[in-house]
Amino acid sequence: MDFDFSDDQKFLRDEARKFLEAQCTSAVVRNVLDNDDVSHAEDLWKQVKEMGWLGAAIPEEHGGLGLGMLEMCVIAEELGRVLAPIPFSSSAFYFAEAIKQFGTDAQKSAYLPKIASGEFVGCLATSEGPGDSDAAKLKTGFSSGKVSGTKLPVTDGDIATHALVLAKDGSGASMAIVALDADGVTRTPIQTLEPTRSHAEIVFDGAAAELLGNEVGNGMTQLDSILNRAAILVAFEQVGGASRCLEMAIEYANERQAFGRPIGGYQAIKHKLADMYVKNEVARSNAYYGAWALSTDAAELPEAAAAARVAASEAFWFASKENIQTHGGMGFTWEVDCHLYYRRAKLLSVQAGAPGVWKEKLVTALERKNAA
Amino acid sequence: MNFDDTEDEAKFRAEAVAFLEKNLEKKDAGAGRADRSRDDFLTRAKAWQKTKAAGGFAQITWPKAIGGRGGTPIQQVIWNQEESKFDAPTSPFAIGLGMCVPTVIAFGSDEHKQRFVPKALVGDEIWCQLFSEPAAGSDVAGLKTKAVKDGDDWVINGQKVWTTGAQFSDYGIVLTRTDPDVPKHKGLTMFIVNMKDPGVEVRPIHQASGGREFNEVYFTDVRIPDSDRLGDPGQGWKVALVTLMNERLAVGGSPGPDWKEIMGYARDAGTMSDGAFRAKLADWYVAAQGYKLTKFRSQTALSKGETPGPENSIGKVITANHLQDICNSAVEMQDHYGIISDRDKAPAEAIFQESLMWAPGLRIAGGTDEILKNIIAERVLGLPQDVRVDKDKAFSEM
Repeated sequence: MDFDFSDDQKFLRDEARKFLEAQCTSAVVRNVLDNDDVSHAEDLWKQVKEMGWLGAAIPEEHGGLGLGMLEMCVIAEELGRVLAPIPFSSSAFYFAEAIKQFGTDAQKSAYLPKIASGEFVGCLATSEGPGDSDAAKLKTGFSSGKVSGTKLPVTDGDIATHALVLAKDGSGASMAIVALDADGVTRTPIQTLEPTRSHAEIVFDGAAAELLGNEVGNGMTQLDSILNRAAILVAFEQVGGASRCLEMAIEYANERQAFGRPIGGYQAIKHKLADMYVKNEVARSNAYYGAWALSTDAAELPEAAAAARVAASEAFWFASKENIQTHGGMGFTWEVDCHLYYRRAKLLSVQAGAPGVWKEKLVTALERKNAA
Repeated sequence: MNFDDTEDEAKFRAEAVAFLEKNLEKKDAGAGRADRSRDDFLTRAKAWQKTKAAGGFAQITWPKAIGGRGGTPIQQVIWNQEESKFDAPTSPFAIGLGMCVPTVIAFGSDEHKQRFVPKALVGDEIWCQLFSEPAAGSDVAGLKTKAVKDGDDWVINGQKVWTTGAQFSDYGIVLTRTDPDVPKHKGLTMFIVNMKDPGVEVRPIHQASGGREFNEVYFTDVRIPDSDRLGDPGQGWKVALVTLMNERLAVGGSPGPDWKEIMGYARDAGTMSDGAFRAKLADWYVAAQGYKLTKFRSQTALSKGETPGPENSIGKVITANHLQDICNSAVEMQDHYGIISDRDKAPAEAIFQESLMWAPGLRIAGGTDEILKNIIAERVLGLPQDVRVDKDKAFSEM
């Protein structure tokens, strides 16, 4: 039994934490939050690119570090802890993994080295309205190498250089790669609950596009797999954020005095924080199982991914809202960081599948497994 | 990251499995519920303990000098995992070998060790733990059972409660108050007590679940020689903490029906399409996995020779509530039929009804939800202790 990260991976985590605590301070996050014209933390993004983290799970032959998915999980957790306001997940968790998994050799050679270096920034454009993506309801179309339609919201859509677009293709759906500087692409930043991660509406009007891989009509199957794999990495981001919320709540509860003693001495607060701890550990253990499934391409990946996502969304949401509650009135001010985590928790819980969607995926996977 | 045994672990597991296969039947997959009321349960349990001891699997982490295997904690975990797959009657020994006898080993004399350890190990003698009282549960240091020195003896009077296995125990460790004029934690003393003493009366408790697994134990002028004292007079709390620390690593399976059982039931009943049920099923799976995988993390630490982290403490908080919630949903899913607890007539042989009635006890036994959350908050998260207004006052003044 070795259900833990290796010493090398823990070393990477320690180094990443040191770096991010110094370079991704609250001030850096708030600079993005408070300025409408700042879409992401440029200096931080530049340094992250230079460290090669974007290519941690990209093979060396395609310009990556050739480490692996476990290393990417470690990085994801650390980015989640500090609310890194950069388009890392869009590019590394969704776009790069999609190309790795489904791209042709030519696409791998064309995209992966530039994603690894940060020259290209990818994003995932699937959403067209409330609810989970549904091939039958898709309005965006893909034919004769052109995409037309509107995607909203697209995380990092205004920062990215390339988008993976889910589009109707004849009777089915396909995933298409679109260069966002092409003619026929209009991008408009939109206001969201989570301004430290940029979102856009993208209108495609006959924009040049290429099919992901070489099989037409396979888009929903591809998307399912892309989302499952990314779900595990996002779960680590969430676990990182939830852990930080618990630390903030403990620190404040030990410090803040009421009725003559620290509020952390009262059971109403102690039990709240104990509940937070239990949810966080459940989420962490489920995320680790996802990491194992991801790194070994296990048959259990669909249920592991869904469970990781369900547990992590619940943990981060609970920790972020009860962290505000623990901070009392202070927690409801703009100046205290609690609301940044509350915002990020909500973004990550609804991004690429809300908890209800993942619960349904989980039960479907369990049914399939138990029927076999 | 993997779930594989190391070479040594695999070797030990194979040895354990071979021994178990030779001596026990595999659990019947359908049954899953050992009937502990059967008359021969205790006889079978004692026989199995003897076989285990002869094979060197009785107490794996104990030193060889006292009859253990001299093995590692991870070997004990592996043994427990494998043993739980068989129809092994182990419960009468869990508290004695897991908590009481280790306390005797830590604080007893050489005579005690020679007299008691071997017989406990082979299952000839069963031990119980006598701490809780009617007015001292979560705050057990507030107990009132008195021990008064009389010549070379101590005379015990008082009442204990919720004593598991008292009805078939031969010996017990009993925590008593020997000095009421000092603060409550400082006036306690621990003794070994002979449960067959005429002054010891065991009465079964009629539990809310209908069963009678636990007991009240009354002490009337029970004389205990001073030589059967464990630790110095007034040091009983320190001794009790050692007992509680020895509570073995929780490695048992789930204490009743889990997501798999309720999913199986829902399929049979044709209610799998209910969206609200599906969402709950997902939550139960996530919690059950969270608990199981957290144990794997502890096991990993043990496997590497490290001490498991605080992650272990979340176990019962999750499982007890989880069980209650699953059983409640199953019973409600059965609509009016859910009220039937007759095993022959109720759906799924009434497993959900029976565990529904057992669940409240599980949330209290071995530390209430609230006490466990206090422990997590204080010992894991480092939050301040609760206010203890009796901390510095003599017990007699409270």
